[in-house]
Amino acid sequence: MTRIQEMGWIEEAAAEVINPQSLKREDHPSRINLYRIRWIRTLLENRWPQFMLRAFTLMALVFTIVTALFGSRVGSHNFAIIMVWIAWWSTLKLGFIPFGGRSWCSICPIALPGEWLQQGGILEKRKHRFGLNLRWPKQLKGSWLQSGGFLLIGLFSAITLTDPQVTGWVLLALVFLAIGMSVVFEQRAFCSYICPIGGFSGMYAKAAPLELRVIDQEICNRHADKSCYEACPWGLYPLALKDSSACGLCMECLRACPKDNLALNVRPYGTDLGRPESTSRLDETMLALIMLGSALAFSAVFLGPWGWLKLSAFEIGSLNWFIYAASFLVLNLIFLPGIFTACVWLWKKFTRNGLPMKRLVASQSQGLLPLGLLAWIAFTISFALPKLNVIPEVLNDPFGWGWNLLNISSPTRSVDVSGFSPILQVILLLVGVVWSTQVTNKLSKAAGEKRHMLNLPVLAFYLVYSFAMLWLLVG
Amino acid sequence: MATGRLEMIKEWLARGVIILGMVIVISIPALNRREGPQRIVMHARMAETGGWTPENLTVAVGEPLNLQLTSDDVTHGFAVGQLNQPAVDINPGEMTDVSLMFTKPGKYTFYCTRWCSVNHWRMRGTIEVTDPSAKTELAKPPLYVALGLDIDADRIAGTTPSEIPSVWRGALLNRALPDEFKSLEYYRSHTPIDLWLALRSETAFTDLSNQEVWDLAAWAWLSNTSPGEVQAGRELFSANCAACHGEGGAGNGVFADMLSAGEANIASNPSPGEHTQRPANFTDPVRMLSASPALLQGKIIRGGMGTGMPSWGAIFTDDQTWALIAYLWTFQFNSEVLP
Repeated sequence: MTRIQEMGWIEEAAAEVINPQSLKREDHPSRINLYRIRWIRTLLENRWPQFMLRAFTLMALVFTIVTALFGSRVGSHNFAIIMVWIAWWSTLKLGFIPFGGRSWCSICPIALPGEWLQQGGILEKRKHRFGLNLRWPKQLKGSWLQSGGFLLIGLFSAITLTDPQVTGWVLLALVFLAIGMSVVFEQRAFCSYICPIGGFSGMYAKAAPLELRVIDQEICNRHADKSCYEACPWGLYPLALKDSSACGLCMECLRACPKDNLALNVRPYGTDLGRPESTSRLDETMLALIMLGSALAFSAVFLGPWGWLKLSAFEIGSLNWFIYAASFLVLNLIFLPGIFTACVWLWKKFTRNGLPMKRLVASQSQGLLPLGLLAWIAFTISFALPKLNVIPEVLNDPFGWGWNLLNISSPTRSVDVSGFSPILQVILLLVGVVWSTQVTNKLSKAAGEKRHMLNLPVLAFYLVYSFAMLWLLVG
Repeated sequence: MATGRLEMIKEWLARGVIILGMVIVISIPALNRREGPQRIVMHARMAETGGWTPENLTVAVGEPLNLQLTSDDVTHGFAVGQLNQPAVDINPGEMTDVSLMFTKPGKYTFYCTRWCSVNHWRMRGTIEVTDPSAKTELAKPPLYVALGLDIDADRIAGTTPSEIPSVWRGALLNRALPDEFKSLEYYRSHTPIDLWLALRSETAFTDLSNQEVWDLAAWAWLSNTSPGEVQAGRELFSANCAACHGEGGAGNGVFADMLSAGEANIASNPSPGEHTQRPANFTDPVRMLSASPALLQGKIIRGGMGTGMPSWGAIFTDDQTWALIAYLWTFQFNSEVLP
């Protein structure tokens, strides 16, 4: 992600250098600026609708932690397990991310208490602010720590996703970590560099059909105040946004811009993808590969027929768990990255591409995003849909104490997805392969120096991955 | 200044919303906790890995006992002995709700009703039902105790039929039986061989062949059981006994091999309670025709010590035990109507 502090030259830079994409804005009549629609503008300009949503999610979070810590130890009868890992986790993957990119971040309650301390007010920034406001260490930038966080989720998933107390403590730890980081560091350091969900949704937000961008960058260049940057709790400068991965869609810049030069655009899927990277940073490549590996591992542990695997993942600390953990780490850190790098290397040899390997791997990894996103959606269909019936049950009796708040007399029946889910999953993964291939093709065209050739080894990687996913999901 | 005040009011309004929200959310559990009846979550595991948790419960007469049952490994079942309520299944990862209400004090045994492992029958726990106002009743001893039977003694059948005795053929002989052989008391305390010997020595039946006397004995024997009883016994047998004794009663159920393997272990592992034997074969006339219903009752309710046969006394009611015994005779006597 690009932050203004790292771009001292931004004031002098020519517009096309800063943001080649925004120049082509006119070439994309397919974008719709939602902020021009009156009722949406009213909802976004006024702070109260968003505030009330945030108040609601914060209440839900606190209630979730309370039920997790004091409710039934049986996962399927605890509000926390069902609402976090079935309801919210599915809504994120089936709703927020594919339709709104990082939109969950705009109402996420985890970072709110810290942000309120930072800005000295709940509704908006005030004079008396709290915190050391230190800059985040440069060495820790990027999504490396988020990747690490996601690997931790994977290593302990069997217990985190089923034991309410563990879920409760994890949530509590995240809240306090976010508060602590807000007090020590400036802006949304927790969300940008630590939160695994931020990394997950930020990365897939590049493929999502929603973006926040400046309308006319000339206006920004001439505007000396940079009021949007001043207002951004994430420390971003909208003019410098090269993709949607870092923007938390909090709408503060829209509210702050005196020139009305910011847009909340609905855009075609995958707009941020297919442009070759100008850097050789591998953090997002790693994150993308870990997402693919985790989707495989989650499918095998939670949906596979292997009881010994479930047991190994569950018995944390046992020899079997160490074997599981080692295999999980090897899959994510060695196996998939190794194969992907080998595919890119093969293609580099075929096309006699002169660019350095690191840069090529970084660029080509964009193609992993559509497949990863659709693999997660396909996983969610098998993982969460059959358990949706438990949601009314835990709303009826959140603690598993025998309450009957909603007066549900008979247990609800589980949702039978066996009829349509295999077909849907095949279609989803097919869409993922085709979309990823399209991105790869764009990248290959842009990067192929001597001759253009579709990156067939990487395409084979997509296909093999999809077959592995389908084998786990559909059998 | 006016805008500043407005901002201030808005800010405090927002803070109020958050504080109110937190208070509501945190007080929900505190306010409501006493309303619902407390449930006891009970985990089922295979006997080898712990069985029931908790294993012993206490409840007062007339108080509801709400259990939420879940399995940590395979499918188990749950039933309470002596209660005559249908068993429920307990599946891994799911919750099964069971509400119980006891009307009589005592120590009840709950048990697994699914063949979860070779030690399936060890999955038992107790519910102590207390009633401070009730005086303790002395239990009537079961028949095998009243008769003073040594249920572990070896039995030899002096004579066995050459073919399976047929109730139908016995009925067709159309002979009047002395009344003493048709009473329930006689049936329960005698063996089929006792009956055959008694009939053989009756002068009225000297014209009958040995096999015909067996047919007559079979007819007399089963006149003490009813089709309903046999059917109830069949269901009990299928649910509780067939795992070891086999659906056909031949002692060849799914766990039979594991149990007979325990026989070989006696030398290498002499710790008590670990020995098992091949399950009894109810199609064996030597074993069965020399057993009285009272003896079978003893075997069932006490269990075969050191054989692997569990004790069912805490689980089956008297009627259920007699029904089961009635069903066991169908392995010895052919009650089908001949063409």
